Amino acid sequence: MNPILLTPFDVAIAAVLIVLDGVLSLVLRLGLHTQLAWAATRMVIQLVLIGFVLRLVFAIASPPATVAVVLVMVAIAAREVAARPEQRLGRFGNYAVGASAVAIATFLTAILALTTAIRPQPWYDARYAIPLAGIILGSVLNSGSLALDSLLGGVVRERAAIEARLALGASFNRAMRGLIRTSVRRALLPIINQMSAAGVVTLPGIMTGQILAGMDPLEAAKYQILLIFLLSGGSGLAAVAVVYLAAMRLTDDRQRLRIDRLTARTRGSRP
Amino acid sequence: MAECPPPRLRIIDLHNPLAGPFDLELGAGECLAIAGPSGSGKSLLLRMLADLDPSQGEVFLDGVERRTMSAPAWRRRVVYSAAEPGWWHERVGEHFNGDALRFARAMAPSLGLVPTLLEAPVVQLSTGERQRIALIRALALQPPVLLLDEATGALDEDSTARVEAILRDRLVGGCTIVMVTHSAAQAARLGHRQLRMENRRLVPV
Repeated sequence: MNPILLTPFDVAIAAVLIVLDGVLSLVLRLGLHTQLAWAATRMVIQLVLIGFVLRLVFAIASPPATVAVVLVMVAIAAREVAARPEQRLGRFGNYAVGASAVAIATFLTAILALTTAIRPQPWYDARYAIPLAGIILGSVLNSGSLALDSLLGGVVRERAAIEARLALGASFNRAMRGLIRTSVRRALLPIINQMSAAGVVTLPGIMTGQILAGMDPLEAAKYQILLIFLLSGGSGLAAVAVVYLAAMRLTDDRQRLRIDRLTARTRGSRP
Repeated sequence: MAECPPPRLRIIDLHNPLAGPFDLELGAGECLAIAGPSGSGKSLLLRMLADLDPSQGEVFLDGVERRTMSAPAWRRRVVYSAAEPGWWHERVGEHFNGDALRFARAMAPSLGLVPTLLEAPVVQLSTGERQRIALIRALALQPPVLLLDEATGALDEDSTARVEAILRDRLVGGCTIVMVTHSAAQAARLGHRQLRMENRRLVPV
């Protein structure tokens, strides 16, 4: 089962399709050709670079290097989770919440998989640990950002309802319960969609990759099933962690709703 | 020396960066009516009293300082009813449970509300109906102190009179009321004392 290796020429032929997109944009006046060219260039550079980095990290096979790569990935994902919502928690709260939730969810799920199901020797082998962390991170990022956006937006929108409950003597947890539930549910919808569409609507990426690399389809399916379980676990953990960590920052020792700790992102500015 | 019972509500140097300081003493069954322009800090005072906004200073309920009890326990006794009440369930009746629902059914007619209103979705209620339901919600807790923010702001004359009759009943029953009102006539009708909020301070009328 040797994979069919690609030559740069093979890749260049496929690049013709991007040029075709660009021509379409020009002909239909979509105004997308600059963005297309820029995004395609970025994608190629990023992927080639990460290829080199991974080759290097696999070669030196040192645990600290592996941890460093995973930490950089976690930091980038945390930044995305923090940047998505319209609302900002004070004192870099979005970043703190995003980083803790992403790290907890990713490390727990990845370590569980590496020490039980996949079991490479040693368990922290970079060839397994890094791609695994990466795929979990993608899912964690998705659910974490949805959960944070939903919670922070909801708190602003439903402020009167939450404060009415508090004013009638409800605890902060009780007053927030509905919103917390909605936020976690919204965060889990994508992974549920992904599971129900897997194999019928879409052939998932990992499975496709392994089949292309020469693996038996059934073996590839088993791998994919394991991974999707990991992704749903990671997503659930991330959503719950984000929601509770953010809720904690929205209250104080007297169980008030501290909406004053939220500021709306100024229009047009990207963090 | 005769033992003198502590006042129902005692407020000492209550302030935060936005409003105050406030010093007040109110007895059981006493009604304080607060008037004043919008934005003068009337709602801020009520929110501070209900411990919904952070504040410094001391507030005693029947001689007990609020920090000695949990915030939810305090808010069940010193109940704040906002000018624009919030709703967290679809139907009106879902905002009441058990005894409170029976209380609401019994109280609705005296406020000019048909009891079937409790089955209706909140979005179908008029502003005035919502205000009265919110008042029932607060009264159902039988609180010793009631903080009312424009409780009759959206009501016609008849409904206002009904609400005032209920509040008068409560005052006779010993409930202490701090009410914010734009109506000088209402302040005169219900308030044993009247004060004015100006630039986030309480001043005599």
